[in-house]
Amino acid sequence: MEREQHIEVRPPSAGGNTEEYWLNMGPQHPATHGVLHLIVRLDGETVREVKPELGYIHRSVEKMAENLTLLQNIHLTDRLDYLSCHMNNHAVCMVAEQACDIGVPERAEYIRVIVSELQRIQSHLLWWGAFAMDIGALSAFLYGFAEREKITDIFERLCGARLTMNYFRPGGVAQDLYDGFEQDARQACSDILYALDEYQRLVTGNLIFQERTRGVGILSRDKAIGYGCSGGTARASGLDYDVRRDDPYGIYDRFSFDVPVATAGDCYARYEVRMEEMRQSVQIIEQALKDLPVGPIQAKAKPVLKIPKGLQVFRQVETARGSFAMTAIGDGTATPLRVSYRSPGFMHVAALHEMSAGFKIADLITILGSLDPVIPDIDR
Amino acid sequence: MSNPRDILGPQRFSQSHAAPKLIPPNASVTKRYFIRVVTGVTSLLTGMRVTIGKFFDPRTTVTQQYPENRDELKMAERFRGRVVMPHDADGEHNCTGCTLCEKACPNGSISVLNTKHASGRKILGKYIYRLDSCTLCNLCIEACPFGAIEMGTEFELATTRKEGLVEILNKKAGRL
Repeated sequence: MEREQHIEVRPPSAGGNTEEYWLNMGPQHPATHGVLHLIVRLDGETVREVKPELGYIHRSVEKMAENLTLLQNIHLTDRLDYLSCHMNNHAVCMVAEQACDIGVPERAEYIRVIVSELQRIQSHLLWWGAFAMDIGALSAFLYGFAEREKITDIFERLCGARLTMNYFRPGGVAQDLYDGFEQDARQACSDILYALDEYQRLVTGNLIFQERTRGVGILSRDKAIGYGCSGGTARASGLDYDVRRDDPYGIYDRFSFDVPVATAGDCYARYEVRMEEMRQSVQIIEQALKDLPVGPIQAKAKPVLKIPKGLQVFRQVETARGSFAMTAIGDGTATPLRVSYRSPGFMHVAALHEMSAGFKIADLITILGSLDPVIPDIDR
Repeated sequence: MSNPRDILGPQRFSQSHAAPKLIPPNASVTKRYFIRVVTGVTSLLTGMRVTIGKFFDPRTTVTQQYPENRDELKMAERFRGRVVMPHDADGEHNCTGCTLCEKACPNGSISVLNTKHASGRKILGKYIYRLDSCTLCNLCIEACPFGAIEMGTEFELATTRKEGLVEILNKKAGRL
């Protein structure tokens, strides 16, 4: 009852035969991609209101970061958005590099771009499989994972782990590329391009898929800006913004790539934008592999990295889901005074009500899947 | 760079990749119905050609028969399993008890307990490693200047005894 106090009570629907009720979706629901709890107010089968309830996987990462050095902090960001951990690591490393004035060797910058883009493809492949499975195409899920496995194998050979890589270091990367990495990456790229054409025939062209996604979960451009959406979700609503292009970090300004933008703002637009992003990532990888220089992979840095007292450093990166930002305030010791993360998924889940009110409950699954939520990223 | 607030550009896709709109928006109800029936079946068959092709093509098999292939399953060279301390033929290790790894560890998984040698110098007594709190982040290995510890390639780390998660890595006390 306490919950209903701050919720506007709407009159029952005009049909007369239905009744409003609350439904708890999650935290143990297979379609919520983790421990996300959605409290849904339904009128028959029509969604009237969605309230995301968070806190089931809260680990107080920001507080933990205050007791760890920046170097120890990197491995914690693997555990925020575990499908974009290279990009999250990049944000921490850039904060450390800016605060302590460390340069990064050329080769390390190229390696960072290559593995980040490989990870973006890997994340989108997993999203593609999970999204198709949410709609009901089970074989797509298996094909997406089979393709993703090739990139995961590259990461395993490169940094020793498949999911929580902890590969970037302030001033470079932890280990040099293994022999044959370039060949593996090129092979993975050509496999992805072939697979994307296959996915086009399997899912994109399917009438059932199109009917389930076109016109469903529309997020207008103004609302996308208002809720702070970023990444593929915002670009599908017509917001032409990509951190890699508009606030270039690392060496992203050296590569030519398109930022796919769609204006429809529905689930299908989000799908199309992400599929095109994979093609663009392949382009970036090919350009980076062509120019990959030889040289050192890590700059000499002090053993203890201290953020100067009172200095506030803010850096943002484009992860597979949107813009991830880290702010750190130093107090002159080895551990930062305060660390704050901005994760893209939180804003997308906040906009979930805006997208799904008025649609059926089956569409809510589609909309949630199209947002590509990673719950540990939403709830830190 | 461009101001994101000023852009409401048209859809920017290369046409070959964008899927065609299957049903024309201004068709009559009957026409839409029949187009739906036909395109529904044909698009389904197009997709099923992919799945059936995968079903009969042995090259697309990616499943590994995991428990059976345990013997020939080799992990990557850099694979990060549990922390191990390699010992040479005489049962000696390289650890000097400098506690750099203990300081590098973010979760306090390592405790280096030093003892006193008969000559009065400090040597390693016990090297305690707690797998239960370890995140396998590799920072201890990078911190070690002597190459005394490394990441093992064992990946089946599950256990039914929680005592097995805390272990003493060194077999005997350190040398001078």
